[in-house]
Amino acid sequence: MNLLYTDIEEDLRASVADLLSDRAAPATVLARIESGADTALWGELARMGATSLHVSEGLGGQGAGYRETAVVAEELGRSVAPVPFLGSAVLATAVLTHLADDPAARALLGRLARGETTAALVVPLSSWESVPDGRGLVRSVADAAAADVLVVPVAGVVHLVDARDAVVTPVTSLDQTRPIADVDITGAPTTPLAGPGDDAVRAALVAGAGILASEQVGLAQWCLDTTVAYLKERHQFGRPVGSFQALKHRVADLWQSLVVARAAARHAADALTTGVDVDIAVSVAKSLCSTAAVRAAEECVQLHGGIGMTWEHPAHLYLKRAKADEIALGTPGRHRATLAPLVDLPLQSTP
Amino acid sequence: MSEIQDRVAALLAANDPATTDRLEFLRARFDAGLAWVHFPVGLGGMAAPRDAQPVVDQALAAAGAPDNSPRRIGIGLGMAAPTILAHGTDEQRLRFLRPLWTGEEVWCQLFSEPGAGSDLAALGTRARRDGDDWVVTGQKVWTSSAHNARWAILVARTDPDVPKHAGITYFVCDMTAPGVDVRPLRQITGEAEFNEVFLTDVRIPDAHRVGEVGAGWRIAQTTLMNERVAIGGRPVPREGGMVGVVADTWRAHPERRTAATHDRLLELWVESEALRLAGIRLRQQLAAGSPGPEGSAMKLGFARLAQALSGLEVEFLAEDGLRYDDWTQRRPAMVDFTGRDAGYRYLRAKGNSIEGGTSEVLRNIIAERVLGLPTEPRVDKDVPWKDLPR
Ligand SMILES: Cc1cc2nc3c(=O)[nH]c(=O)nc-3n(C[C@H](O)[C@H](O)[C@H](O)COP(=O)(O)OP(=O)(O)OC[C@H]3O[C@@H](n4cnc5c(N)ncnc54)[C@H](O)[C@@H]3O)c2cc1C
Repeated sequence: MNLLYTDIEEDLRASVADLLSDRAAPATVLARIESGADTALWGELARMGATSLHVSEGLGGQGAGYRETAVVAEELGRSVAPVPFLGSAVLATAVLTHLADDPAARALLGRLARGETTAALVVPLSSWESVPDGRGLVRSVADAAAADVLVVPVAGVVHLVDARDAVVTPVTSLDQTRPIADVDITGAPTTPLAGPGDDAVRAALVAGAGILASEQVGLAQWCLDTTVAYLKERHQFGRPVGSFQALKHRVADLWQSLVVARAAARHAADALTTGVDVDIAVSVAKSLCSTAAVRAAEECVQLHGGIGMTWEHPAHLYLKRAKADEIALGTPGRHRATLAPLVDLPLQSTP
Repeated sequence: MSEIQDRVAALLAANDPATTDRLEFLRARFDAGLAWVHFPVGLGGMAAPRDAQPVVDQALAAAGAPDNSPRRIGIGLGMAAPTILAHGTDEQRLRFLRPLWTGEEVWCQLFSEPGAGSDLAALGTRARRDGDDWVVTGQKVWTSSAHNARWAILVARTDPDVPKHAGITYFVCDMTAPGVDVRPLRQITGEAEFNEVFLTDVRIPDAHRVGEVGAGWRIAQTTLMNERVAIGGRPVPREGGMVGVVADTWRAHPERRTAATHDRLLELWVESEALRLAGIRLRQQLAAGSPGPEGSAMKLGFARLAQALSGLEVEFLAEDGLRYDDWTQRRPAMVDFTGRDAGYRYLRAKGNSIEGGTSEVLRNIIAERVLGLPTEPRVDKDVPWKDLPR
């Protein structure tokens, strides 16, 4: 178990961070939030290989693992960049790697890795544990509006659907930097993939939840850094407001919760890579990091005072992402419920 | 009590709500002393105890009488009116209170500035005497409802040579006067509920000064204490406000219920009920007097619960919680903490711990003024305002 970042991971972080600070600084993201996904940035991330890290080289990917994917997620969380990373590079890709014996799945993985195509997994973003069925209207699907191909679970089998053949209706999203859409594939031609579809989707939800924990850590880190910088600079009562102990303690608590959250998120990424202790690691990380990120974003707004309530300050983008991430792929409560039997703390008394 | 009932009956007999124009009815109600019964005779009241008000409100509502849309004129009712009553001249009371109460004239609050939020006393908007007028120049910010307002309560610096608390004067500012420039500021909800207000050589007659020159800080305390009670201490029925909205959401969605959310909801329900009872106790203690620092505790509890409840609601709604009704930059006619959808309520509630004094500042007030703990060492208290570092 390695909970640190390797040198390779640090290099990867540096190059992704470079690209994002150049192309997706908070002010840039804010200025373009009402125009959907940033396809140019998404293309660059794919060219860097950042969208296929956990796909083996034989399948056209980078042959790294979820640890590296998690590092990218962290940086994307820090910038709340509007790219379909979760829907395409994590969820849809994870399903396809589980069904890679099917030639259509393999072909799509190659196209995804080369950045030629974007996919989305058609389940409500709030899904956890049970696999929803993709027939009829599926609501609140992440990154669907940006997808060319839809990956749809239907009665235990995963189907591929050309997005142009489905009805994809963008909806106004609480998280403006990860738009959701409603999807209906009724009547669309589909390509069924061989292999255990439900297992593939379930594994993708677990991977997604584990990777989201790292996104939440990156998001919380931005909130902490931005708040600390503001408390040093903002003066009231003739002194920096950060000199008030009440506020020092608040950011010290945030820092402490981030130390813990980062360890849990790294553990989840490591477990997803090695396959050891995955379920416990993911549910610990997702339940803890969800709460830590929401709290960091809420504190960021509060400690900025009136500025924090304005549209022109980017704090709200992080608040909205944090709140949506809390719901995404299982709320903290649902992850604790998943954890309970795994750690022998059942709710029901044994008869 | 029977006198009040008689008056209500007389008002209704003379002004049938079914046939009387809304504004005519509200004016008649004011003139009958039934607007705010604890106000003096002749100013919309009858010098009765505050707790007689619900009797009037309920009897009139039952008779189908129009109300004055209190949410649309919250700043006037909750802040400007008690301040003008306590510190204004007779002419000011007679001029301002009636149209304020009927809603014919909306009020806003020109207090905060970019450099003076929690440290309101550091404000830099200047008012200089010129004959019978004052000439005011400066910038205010976060001004709710300025776009609808006819009048503002304004604090400005009249003497920069004395320490900051001593050189402030309180005014009523005409929002239609030349030199008042209101610009929308968009909030995280998408709405432009508040504004920046630029004041450039705005002339305010000395007759619109409230209280003595230099007494503005003390008078502003009346406004702020009332503001905190207005935000956090309003009388509500059981399950009124945010807890009721979230309880309804719970009842409407049996399919989403879990043991964990159930326990959290009930915990917050109990706290909301207890805070409501604390508000009743506070009002009973204060039946005669005006609100003191204890009102701050109500606003503190209100903000915390509004945030926790609305946060729980979004989470509980799961795939629906991921959606938002509308990001359009609207100019709302009123501030509605519990309106629209769950996402809006969650985002708007974030302002509850900032507006009207932040929760951190309220904790300082409780610690220092209620509990008597020593204040922080102050570098800025005895220095002339003009020499303060900025
Ligand atoms: C929705 C909304 C509506 C508003 N409407 C109006 C209005 O109509 N009219 C009006 O005049 N103003 C209005 N305000 C402004 C509001 O009163 C100020 O935002 C508030 O007083 C805080 O000031 P600030 O924004 O400058 O924050 P700052 O004072 O800069 O505070 C920044 C942070 O430092 C903390 N802090 C500051 N001093 C201390 C201290 N001594 N100890 C501990 N912590 C401290 C604060 O709590 C905050 O977290 C509104 C604000 C909001 C959000």
